[in-house]
Amino acid sequence: MVLFMAERVLMKGNEALAEAAIRAGCRNFFGYPITPQTELAAYMAKRMPKIGGTYLQAESELAAINMVLGAASAGVRAMTSSSSPGVSLKTEGISYMAGSDLPALIINVQRGGPGLGGIQPSQSDYWQATRAPGHGDLHILVFAPSSVQEMVDLVSKAYDLADNYRMPAMILADGMLGQMMEPVVLSEESDKPLPKKEWAACGHNNERKHNIINSLYLTATELERLVKERFERYAIIEEKEPMFENYCTEDAEYIVVAYGATSRIAKAAVKEARKDGIKVGLIRPITLWPFPKKAMAAAAENAKAFLCVEMSMGQMIDDVKLAINCKCPVNFFGHTGGVIPTPVEVLEEIKKMAKA
Amino acid sequence: MDKSINIICGHYGSGKTNFSLNLALQKKREGKNVTVVDLDIVNPYFRTADYTDFLINNGIRVISPASAGTTVDAPQLTAEMYSVFDNVDGYTVIDVGGDDVGAYALGRFSGILKSLPEPYEMIFVINKFRTMIAEPEDALEIMNEIQAASRLSVTGIVNNSHLATITTAEDILSSLDYAEKTAKLAGLPLLATTAPSHIAPELEGKVKDLLPVDVIVKLPWN
Repeated sequence: MVLFMAERVLMKGNEALAEAAIRAGCRNFFGYPITPQTELAAYMAKRMPKIGGTYLQAESELAAINMVLGAASAGVRAMTSSSSPGVSLKTEGISYMAGSDLPALIINVQRGGPGLGGIQPSQSDYWQATRAPGHGDLHILVFAPSSVQEMVDLVSKAYDLADNYRMPAMILADGMLGQMMEPVVLSEESDKPLPKKEWAACGHNNERKHNIINSLYLTATELERLVKERFERYAIIEEKEPMFENYCTEDAEYIVVAYGATSRIAKAAVKEARKDGIKVGLIRPITLWPFPKKAMAAAAENAKAFLCVEMSMGQMIDDVKLAINCKCPVNFFGHTGGVIPTPVEVLEEIKKMAKA
Repeated sequence: MDKSINIICGHYGSGKTNFSLNLALQKKREGKNVTVVDLDIVNPYFRTADYTDFLINNGIRVISPASAGTTVDAPQLTAEMYSVFDNVDGYTVIDVGGDDVGAYALGRFSGILKSLPEPYEMIFVINKFRTMIAEPEDALEIMNEIQAASRLSVTGIVNNSHLATITTAEDILSSLDYAEKTAKLAGLPLLATTAPSHIAPELEGKVKDLLPVDVIVKLPWN
């Protein structure tokens, strides 16, 4: 296989995530199959041996995340991927990584839940990703791409920020994004060395003190100090790193908020509504944590109402309400369980909101 | 592609389903008694069975795994499959799952397919813009894996190179060399080169065996 350079190719979202990780310097992938993300692992299985990397199918999701923890401890860029039920299994490892200040990338190609749920696309892990990706006082970076190209771009961004802030990052995709095909341009793998990780436990060669990777702190004051230090970092991230896209928001009286695949559907509906003369715009959060609060608040200045569109029962709606300090009503429209909203349905909701 | 049984295989994402749907519609327009078999028991997304109503409305019979479209992840084939092998006057398109993993399900029918009075056609669909088959050698590797898994032999190649919604005439022209090389390497005929029907007129006279296709497999917002 020839390494295709900066030219357009056609990729599935799942494959694009894998290739983008490789080009971001990931040579250690630990996975376990689950629909609808399996192509990602299958792609890694084919590619990694050809480039001297490691693809390992673990015996379980829990094993895979702990292998990521091990690899990340040694300072390399590691990754695991799964879908909703599998990510639940990984939460213990994610918490341990957050508690050990380890950067790594976790992919969640969401399917319907709870429990085993279904295998069709969903966004019902928003709460899990942004509120409780594991136990304890913690956050992880959460990125929500809405196209195959953005999946590629955000993987490298996620690795860079994870390294910079020493914390796990997640790409929160869904079955639609993972399975769909779109043209993408992949950039060449940078020959710039990855950032040095002085803290990594990768052998001291008698040249420095040994590094310890640990998340157990039995002295309460010591643990509190560490958590508080981490939250100071989180505050910087909330200030500096929120990402979002505004579409037709400048004169908007009504704001639709949607992320991921749903934002594509919402955008199609906003375009149609504009043709009908409704002053409606779309805010698309690209980072879900940190949530783009300022963008929401700015739009709320002139807005009469908001509409959250999600493939869930409405998990992002509280973040929107908090961000705009309940300045105007926040409505909700969504489907769950693997049912995909249509542009026509969203358009109807926009019309309803504009009439109210 | 004029045999009674036409098996469509290839790398996943190469466009097998869109090609299968077009082939079925074209043969229906020619007045044939068409059946489409969705043999994909690997991937529940973007599959022929999603177009069951569309096909039935066009007078085409559909046979698909019992679980298709139900979101139940319990792949099983129905005994109805066997009826196509007796339907000697009909025209059957069998849309196989991607790669060798998808082709294993086809292997179960290899015995009966090899013993048909009229030999089957097995078409390997290629797309230059798919990264895992972007070189003729890589395409051939996947073709050989499919042949091993299905215990059947590919009889022809269809060049279905495209870049989804942004495909241009130049993209298709740029794939001709790749398609010919792949066919030559495989020692098989290049049966056709497809082009979205809105582009096809630009390619008349420039592409041998040009086959205009409608883009039927779409995303919810297109």
